Amino acid sequence: MGNSMTDQTLTSETQTPPKDQSDKKPGIIRVEGMHKWYGDFHVLKDLNLTVDQGERIVICGPSGSGKSTFIRCINRLEEHQQGKIIVDDVELTDDVRQIDTVRREVGMVFQHFNLFPHLTVLENCCLSPIWVRKTPRKEAEASAMEYLERVKIPDQANKFPGQLSGGQQQRVAIARALCMKPKIMLFDEPTSALDPEMIKEVLDVMIELAGSGMTMMCVTHEMGFAKTVADRVIFMDGGEIVEQAPPHEFFTNPQEARTQKFLQQILAH
Amino acid sequence: MTESTMKAPKKALRPVKWMRENLFSGWFNTALTLAVAYLLVTSVGPLLNWFFLDANFVGSDASDCTGAGACWLFISQRLNFFIYGFYPDELQWRVDTMFLLLAVAFVPQFVERFPGRKWLGLFGIFGLPVVGYFLIPGGTFGLEEVQSSKWGGLMLTLILAYIGIIASLPIGILLALGRRSDMPIIRGICVVFIEVWRAVPLITVLFMASVMLPLFLPEGVNFEKLARALIGITLWQSAYMAEVIRGGLQAIPRGQYEAADALGLGYWRKMGLVILPQALKMVIPGIVNTFISLFKDTTLVLIIGLFDILGTVQSTVTDPAWQNVAIEGYVFVAFCFWVFCFGISRYSQNLERKLDTGHKT
Amino acid sequence: MKKQTIDTRPAGPKPWNDPRVRSLFFQAIAIAFVFWGGWVLVDNTLSNMESRGISTGFGFLNETAGFGIIMNLVPYDATMSYGRTFWVGLTNTLLVSAMGVVAATILGFIIGVARLSSNWLVAKMALVYIEVIRNIPLLLQIFFWYFAVLSNLPSPRQSVDVGGALFLNNRGLYLPEPLTQEGFGIVWGGILLAIAAVVGIRIWAKKRQLATGQIFPTFKVGVAILVVVPLVSYLVAGSPIEWDIPALKGFNFGGGITIIPELAALWIALSLYTASFIAEIVRSGILSVSKGQTEASKALGLPNGLTLRLVVIPQAMRVIIPPLTSQYLNLVKNSSLATAIGYPDLVAVFMGTTLNQTGQAVEVVAITMAVYLTISLLISLFMNIYNRAVAIKER
Ligand SMILES: Nc1ncnc2c1ncn2[C@@H]1O[C@H](COP(=O)(O)OP(=O)(O)OP(=O)(O)O)[C@@H](O)[C@H]1O
Ligand SMILES: [Mg+2]
Repeated sequence: MGNSMTDQTLTSETQTPPKDQSDKKPGIIRVEGMHKWYGDFHVLKDLNLTVDQGERIVICGPSGSGKSTFIRCINRLEEHQQGKIIVDDVELTDDVRQIDTVRREVGMVFQHFNLFPHLTVLENCCLSPIWVRKTPRKEAEASAMEYLERVKIPDQANKFPGQLSGGQQQRVAIARALCMKPKIMLFDEPTSALDPEMIKEVLDVMIELAGSGMTMMCVTHEMGFAKTVADRVIFMDGGEIVEQAPPHEFFTNPQEARTQKFLQQILAH
Repeated sequence: MTESTMKAPKKALRPVKWMRENLFSGWFNTALTLAVAYLLVTSVGPLLNWFFLDANFVGSDASDCTGAGACWLFISQRLNFFIYGFYPDELQWRVDTMFLLLAVAFVPQFVERFPGRKWLGLFGIFGLPVVGYFLIPGGTFGLEEVQSSKWGGLMLTLILAYIGIIASLPIGILLALGRRSDMPIIRGICVVFIEVWRAVPLITVLFMASVMLPLFLPEGVNFEKLARALIGITLWQSAYMAEVIRGGLQAIPRGQYEAADALGLGYWRKMGLVILPQALKMVIPGIVNTFISLFKDTTLVLIIGLFDILGTVQSTVTDPAWQNVAIEGYVFVAFCFWVFCFGISRYSQNLERKLDTGHKT
Repeated sequence: MKKQTIDTRPAGPKPWNDPRVRSLFFQAIAIAFVFWGGWVLVDNTLSNMESRGISTGFGFLNETAGFGIIMNLVPYDATMSYGRTFWVGLTNTLLVSAMGVVAATILGFIIGVARLSSNWLVAKMALVYIEVIRNIPLLLQIFFWYFAVLSNLPSPRQSVDVGGALFLNNRGLYLPEPLTQEGFGIVWGGILLAIAAVVGIRIWAKKRQLATGQIFPTFKVGVAILVVVPLVSYLVAGSPIEWDIPALKGFNFGGGITIIPELAALWIALSLYTASFIAEIVRSGILSVSKGQTEASKALGLPNGLTLRLVVIPQAMRVIIPPLTSQYLNLVKNSSLATAIGYPDLVAVFMGTTLNQTGQAVEVVAITMAVYLTISLLISLFMNIYNRAVAIKER
């Protein structure tokens, strides 16, 4: 685990293309026959998905199709009831220790940022390196500053989240997740609570992150982002994965009728 | 311009206009105003006379109270008893020190931008009880011991309210967390505990503490009356505290819990580092309000024979050396409580307003 | 319910890492702790009571009490049992609570509305009242009324006399008592008839409104019927009420209804104190209805009166009722301060005298606490039902 961490840290400014497939681990996320219910409501139905290390996945689909639920299952914010989810060779079961391990390797960015309003930007970023990874404070702060620089807001480090704009808050949230030096980043509609001009600054950070070789799963309706960054686009509807394909295929030649209809609606406006 | 010519008459007419709008709009309001004004005029005069003009301020005993008004002598003569109870005169500097520290810790809280007021507040909450624990009863560090049965007056009132609130805070936090836990049995225990204490009057709790607590304890173990009262008050107050804190916990958006989970924080870290700091800050006004009610409720200890400030006054108004001083005594106690409670409630209202407008720093 | 199929799962986690097992474990510990604590308490208590020679059980409820109580709503004298003292205390508690609730509600609503009055003087007076009264301990206020005001009233011989029927002195307030005579059944009939008529008119008016859209002044007509019909039947029956007017007999008054000073002091203090809290609740309830609501209603063409009745009050009541009930609960609990001035309420009679005489602290305290718990559960039950009713209306 340890040695592979270096190539996820965002140390290179240049947007390096994905590295050679040979040092990539296949199937860092494996979802097999996964089902989930809310009460009697069957939200996720027989999901199967394998994500390789360094792969960038974009998930889209109509509202209520279960995208958020799916992505939240991957770090066990939601519990699945049938099937397997294996993240970096650790299976998500009831075992608290395994859940902790997975959460340490997986960063998450929420639609509404969920920054801790009582802590400064820097404290937000250092919180879990200090308490979960047991990094010395000095070191944690230094590395947090590095990430804040990566997301281009080092000067806001000592402000409180409430004093930042939405786009800045979301970039802090990304930096906070990165501070755990995760192998995988999950994004749940990171830009849909933002104004158009702020969307770009967040997307830029995400594109750069993708360039550095991070494994990413991203629920978004930003089709431009999907086209430029994604290795694969997954379309969900009614709790099922209806279709998955590389972006150019997905957008130019969708196979399923439901996908076509969805794309028509999205591209109509 | 015309503006300047129009302004002058407007200004001159203002009070009249104001009165017409706010006091004499319509026959009903006019009648109301006149009635209230009549009541005020007829009652304020005699009250002023009684309080100040006809009152007696100088002298040494009841025979000096010759005027028709209040006998404030009674208060000034017995003031020492009302403040310290039976605490020995030569040791009262210890109590005075505590009063002083209390003022140093909390008066700056009313002044915004007072340097280091947060630290003074924290000292008041965590440091002061420790200092008081050694200073007031004595018996250590070469301090002469003073039995708790000798404590009384305002000092005892403050001790009861202060310890009651400080001790109930941690218990209240645990109960609130327990009540929101997803373990049904833990939740059940906390709900029953909270609801039972909240349902019964403080008097029954105090009776219980003074009569039943000795029965509950193994033979040979016994607490002083004051300690028993404090145990009762703390348990009772912690139930109220738990409900206040639960309100704060409920107000924290779910996203905060999830973000903490996603960062891999465990239960206690999530609560201690992320949720409670926000929730507690949010409920400070609520905590202050429970403090005010507790402060008023401490007067009930006189029913089980402790001499709080009302207790000391009540025991002296029946003193045959003074006659008909009940009203003076009550007015004095009322004034003490009113100053404290009104001041603190103003403070909490300000805080509430600040939190409401999302003035975060 | 969660659907679980264990077969698709790999071998489960180590038991101590499984949250379900952990949670069961912690809960088992909690239960064990509670039971252990309970057992220690019971054990200590039993052995303590034995060594002090205190008997246990509820048998004492049938023993003769042997002490007098200055006020009783249910028949009582010293030869009756401790069980009877419980009922005397309970009814006295309920009496002063009910009186307090009524007075505090009326006063509280008046002051709360006054607080929002456009009349500056009235609004300020209401503010002063609220801020003075609620920041002074209730016990102190009770003492004030009892020791400073009521005990300084003149003696029975110099009573304050209102119209020769109502007397006030330091022994209490004496009121005429209405005694119903033969033929009062007719008045009852009249009252029932009036109620039935009002209900009938309401139903009829609603039906007519549905059919024709015309609005019938139900409220005014209803009030008129409720006043006129019983009055007429009272006169027809030949005024079948006689007043038992209190009169000075020897050193004190006899006849009529007596409100003892203990009850009066407690009642006045409880009502004034609680009213100050209710006033604040009423004020914030009315303020909680946003200005937009009033404006919208006026824009729809509803006149002021209807805006108040159909838009403001229903919404304000939704905000007012929950804290109002908890004030009622506080009032009931605060009535236990009766002990301090000797009004024979449940705590004074039962937890005070009865406990002292029998020494059976555990049983007496348990019964008393159970009473308050029941009252509080009943009130929160009412609250929940009310909240549910309101929540349904919301959709
Ligand atoms: N806690 C819950 N309890 C019950 N049902 C839920 C819960 N959370 C979500 N659902 C339901 O599950 C379905 C999927 O929800 P989910 O949030 O995953 O949709 P989504 O695809 O993310 O939609 P959107 O694009 O609007 O965010 C929805 O029908 C929703 O109503
Ligand atoms: Mg979603």
